[in-house]
Amino acid sequence: MSGFRHDLVVVGGGPAGVAGALTAALAGLRVALVDSSARLGGQYFRHSRAAQDAPGGAPELDGFLRRGRALAERADLLLGHRVWHVSREDGGLAVHCVTPDEQPLTVRGARLLIATGAHDRVVPFPGWDLPGVLTAGGAQALLKGSGVLAGRRAVVAGTGPFLLPVAAGLAGAGADVLAVYEAARGLGLARHPVLALGKAGEAAGYALALARHRVPYLTRRAVVAAHGDGALEAVTVARIDAGWNVVDTRVVECDTLAVGHGFVPQIELGVELGCGTRADADGSPVLVVDAAQRTTVPGVWAAGEPTGVGGWRLAEVEGRVAGHAVAAEHRASTRASTRASTGAPAVSGGGHGAPRALLARRRGMRAFAEALQRAYPVAPGWQGWLRDDTLVCRCEEVPVSRVREAQRLGATDARSIKLLARPGMGWCQGRICGYAVSCLAGEEPRPPKRPIAQPITLGALARSTDEPTTPNTPDE
Amino acid sequence: MTEPFTITVDGRQVAVTPGQTIGAALHAAGIRSWRSTRFCGRPRGLFCGIGVCFDCLVSVNGRPAERACLREAAPGDEVTTS
Repeated sequence: MSGFRHDLVVVGGGPAGVAGALTAALAGLRVALVDSSARLGGQYFRHSRAAQDAPGGAPELDGFLRRGRALAERADLLLGHRVWHVSREDGGLAVHCVTPDEQPLTVRGARLLIATGAHDRVVPFPGWDLPGVLTAGGAQALLKGSGVLAGRRAVVAGTGPFLLPVAAGLAGAGADVLAVYEAARGLGLARHPVLALGKAGEAAGYALALARHRVPYLTRRAVVAAHGDGALEAVTVARIDAGWNVVDTRVVECDTLAVGHGFVPQIELGVELGCGTRADADGSPVLVVDAAQRTTVPGVWAAGEPTGVGGWRLAEVEGRVAGHAVAAEHRASTRASTRASTGAPAVSGGGHGAPRALLARRRGMRAFAEALQRAYPVAPGWQGWLRDDTLVCRCEEVPVSRVREAQRLGATDARSIKLLARPGMGWCQGRICGYAVSCLAGEEPRPPKRPIAQPITLGALARSTDEPTTPNTPDE
Repeated sequence: MTEPFTITVDGRQVAVTPGQTIGAALHAAGIRSWRSTRFCGRPRGLFCGIGVCFDCLVSVNGRPAERACLREAAPGDEVTTS
């Protein structure tokens, strides 16, 4: 037995984290799961309190909620806890959190599973900071988590299969969804890549929902500007070519724009621990994992979007694989320490503990995910939509002109641009503008270096040094 | 706690369905911006909706810099905006 309170600490309560935590807990491991939200679910299974209290809705969500309840009986759930730092300590991992009432809490475990999901990838355009412009994920979160419609007259735009459920959700909840503008080349919904590649059920359902609500799905179109006096009143929609250069434009009146261009995997905890990274098919930095979802740092696993964006089903499979692998390694190390104390000969551990069928499923789904990423690239033409006064960084209010000025002064890479013009130096630490700044600098996005992953008050930071080695039992 | 309740936002009563975030309650009440940026005074409200962008910051019961999109509203919460 390790000297830690937990055999596994999981960060992230979405499909990957819950699957990993439950698999390990069912194998008899002592598991803690930390998530910043008040309820399990992550982004995909985000749900209202009413849905949690009265299940019986969508079967997929019901299944997730069942697994969540099974996990609650077998593991310590630390919900509403924000992780601001992770570190290696005494051969294990220390996860430093802030509790909902701003108290510091350190959760220690022999192993760590990073299941921190992803957030929308956005590219700037004139007017993108007007109230009424939301990320596609933001509009979805508002609806799923709080039952609130982002707006009445909505436009959905950007690129990627995620635009479909967002538009279907808004239309289903009563919004007038004027159109989905997909920047990628498309041949209409019938030959949508998701359908073409055989993931029929899910995409067909969204396609039907859009057809029922008479929502046009138009490809090679983009919202290239948003207009309004203090709030969104209209958008400029352009026909674009393969490189996203504007062919012609028209203005569409709306009060809401939900926009997304794929996702940025949240990998900073892994980067902090020194885990190896690679560029995914869409150029996003992701954590390198082996067949057992092990990162390059011993004792640290990763599953779901941080290892490559692939959606909730793949995330759940990866979480299960990681849970099996962690359990196998835990058993091997327990046997080893028993042998060490009894003087029995060592036997090689090996194997990753996950059923073969699960590994085969993961392989197929990962290949499909990479094909999807390639089907919905972000083309560089969006840079031509920018004006001198278009904000690149919303936090520090850095316009394009200041980025260009920094480049003229000799800032040739994203890091120098950041130091000179300050994009990415504000509250969000470059999470929102990092992708755009990399593109403007002409480089692939780099792994984020954020020693403090979440803002923390100085008071909580000061108190955290006095934290006892064993955390208190968390309040439910 | 399943009954609707209210919170106070800059002295104004805003209705909340239990489990809603402060940001969602504001949005549902038709309030789509509640903060001005430091330099240019641009209006800000919900953008990412999941705690990443920090555009939606409010003070709750005297505690500054709370993300309205993450923080669930509780009965009697006093929210102030800047």
